Order: sequence, then structure tokens, then C-alpha cells
Amino acid sequence: MREIGGLKAIEEAIGRATEMARPLLFTPGWGGDIQRPTTIASMNILSQVAETTARYDCPLIYPTHDPVIMSVAQEVIRESYVRAGYPDRVREDNIMYVSSSQFGYAAAVDGLIARNRPASVFLLGTFEAESLILAETGNSIGAIQIAGTDSTIQLAFFIVACDYTLIGEELFAASGYLSGDQSILSSVRAQDIIKILIAVILVIATIWATIDPNSTWWKYQ
Amino acid sequence: MRRRLPQIVCGLMGILLLILYFSGHPIARSLNLLVLVEYYQIIFAFTLLLGAVSFVKVNLKGIERREDRPYRVVALLALVLMPVLALIWGIKGDSPFMWVFDNIQVPMQSTVFALLAFFVASASFRGFRARSVAAGVLLVSALLALLSRSDLGGFIANHVSPLAEWLRDYPSMSARRAILIGIGLGSLTTSVRVILGIERTWLGGWK
Repeated sequence: MREIGGLKAIEEAIGRATEMARPLLFTPGWGGDIQRPTTIASMNILSQVAETTARYDCPLIYPTHDPVIMSVAQEVIRESYVRAGYPDRVREDNIMYVSSSQFGYAAAVDGLIARNRPASVFLLGTFEAESLILAETGNSIGAIQIAGTDSTIQLAFFIVACDYTLIGEELFAASGYLSGDQSILSSVRAQDIIKILIAVILVIATIWATIDPNSTWWKYQ
Repeated sequence: MRRRLPQIVCGLMGILLLILYFSGHPIARSLNLLVLVEYYQIIFAFTLLLGAVSFVKVNLKGIERREDRPYRVVALLALVLMPVLALIWGIKGDSPFMWVFDNIQVPMQSTVFALLAFFVASASFRGFRARSVAAGVLLVSALLALLSRSDLGGFIANHVSPLAEWLRDYPSMSARRAILIGIGLGSLTTSVRVILGIERTWLGGWK
């Protein structure tokens, strides 16, 4: 399996928060709901992050715009703390629904960042216009930031404002990588193989179209 | 059973919706629409209630602990005030509900959105520092794109706009499409894993 830069930084980000005795903030963005694959991938990473924060006894703040995501996150975090052996360390009040409105959510998360000054901020999920508002606020308080999204427009903002960015499918690969589950890892491997096949087909089609411009088999109908 | 049942429901609904989506039959289409639009609305109404209850609980606890008290009081007051205004005077154009919406909520949202202008400037300042070859290329490309979008582009040189357009249409677009192919594949494998029950994090964990 290939290495993903942002993944190595997760432990470092949690360690930093613990050393500085400051919380860690994880938010899935405003753009997605629970049926979106990006949110599911984000939950996998949250599970791993929560397990580590449980071991280090580092407070984890999880604001979200969707009550269903909130319920799932509560369950994921609770299970992770149980798995780490510290069920008593779960702070249920830190996993909260803030607002369904886009800029209401952005203002609430901004306020949480400004008041709690988390040492590390995880922006993993589906983000829209609020991405840069959150990333720049995190940057202004000197937090180490790990971001990842499936929105190509918001990726540019994250790359500029965050320390590590999981670009597109790296978010899905990272979640599979962290699970350590053989069947999930093999699906990530299959994804890589299909990607190589698509690249090969694209190269062949380009050469074919250059040699024989009248051919049409490579065109999407 | 607590986990098995939701997993079975999720798998069955996933397969059913997949079949309905790709089927051209009118019954399949109307069923698909019914599940996606009407069932979703019902579920959304319940989840909103869940969100409101959680919001009240978290903020009341926060007020008790004297954490961010003024903000929490305002948030709770707003949560109570808006439905009360809507229930008493309705939500028509000249109602108090719409007055609060137009004169308080909308300006506050616009204020947060307006922050983006300043954040784009500060982020661009950091991003465009030419500390490496890649950052230098980014800086030049960004300058060309900015110039091409203003009248200055045509004024300085006739080649600026076509060059910026070429950058947008070829190198930038091909990189974007490569990322989109990866995202598509990632979404597909994650969805298949959820439908087949391999991915169980949404139920609380892998194990």
C-alpha cells in the first residue's frame, strides 16, 4: 500500500494537542450528509482519532450541521473510547449539532475554534464555501491542520491554509488504510488497480485519436 | 441484533435503490422518487427534532457550567423565538418572523460570508510566496489568471488571456479531472463496502 503523508501527521497532531493541554477539533463540513461516501470515510478517520485521544485523555470537540451525523459520531466516538479501554473519558457534550445553516455552522465552528483554541484541527468531509473561513481561523490560532475533501474547488483553499491535505481519493484511501481491515484494504488496492487501468485506456485513446482522428470508439456517447 | 438489523436494512435498501435508479420502467422511477423525496423528508423532520433536543441539552448544560453563557443564552432564545413568531403571526412577507429573518439572520449570514474576501486575500498571500519552483509556477499561473479576468490582461498584452485560458482548459482541467476520477472510484468502493456490510463504522465501529 502507498503511504499517505497526512496520515502520519494524525498521531503528531493528537500528541501536540495533549502536550499543549488543549483540545482537538474535528468537523465533517457543511456539504455532506450521512449517506455521502465522504462522510463515511471521515467517520473511519474519526474512529481512529478518537481511539488515540481516548488513550491520551485529550478532549475531542466534534461540531456538525446534521443531527444524524451527530448521532453516528456519538456512537463512533463512544465505541472508540471503549475500544481504547477508557469509556469514562467520553465527553458527550463535545459532540454537538450547531446549525443546519451554512454560515450559521461556519460561525459556530469559528467561535469554538476562537474560544477553545484547539491545538489541532481536522477538517475532513464535504466542505463548501465555509472551508476557507474555518481553515483560516484555525491557521490564525496556530493550530496544526489536517484537511481532506471531495470538492476540487475547496481543495485549493485547504492546500494553501492547512498543514496537510488529503487530496480527493486520498481521503477514502486513508480511511481504508487506518481501518487495518483486510477486506477494506483490498478494496483500496482494487481502486488503485482500476485507476491504473483507466490511465492506460486514456493514454491508448489519446494515441489512437491522434493517429486516426475519424475514429469514435473512445468518445463518450 | 442491534447492529445486524440496520446493516440488513441498509444493504437491502442500497441494492433496491441501485436497481430502481438504473431501471427505465415508470414504476421503478416513481418508486425511486418516492423513496428519495418523500421518505427523505419524513426522516429529515425527525432528525431535525433530534438536533433541536441535542442543541437545547448541550446549551443548557453549558449555561449551568457557566461556559460561554451569553452566546448560549442568545442561541436558545433564538431557537424558541423563531417558531413562536411563526406559529403566532405566520411566515408571510410582512410577518415578524420574516422581519427577524430579513433584518437579523440574513445580515449575520452575509457578514460571515463576507469574511471570505479577507480570508482569500490572506490565504493567497501565503500561497503565492515563491519559495520553490512549484510555488513559482503557481504564482505565475495565478497572476495570468487574475490578469485575464480584468481589463488589464488585454491592455498589457494580447497573449495574456489566451494563455490563461489555455492554462485553465488544459493543465488545470486535466489535473481536476484526474482528482475527480479518483474521487468517483473512492466513492464507488466506499458505497459498495457499505451496501455489502464490509464497512461498519457508521454503526459505531469495525469490530
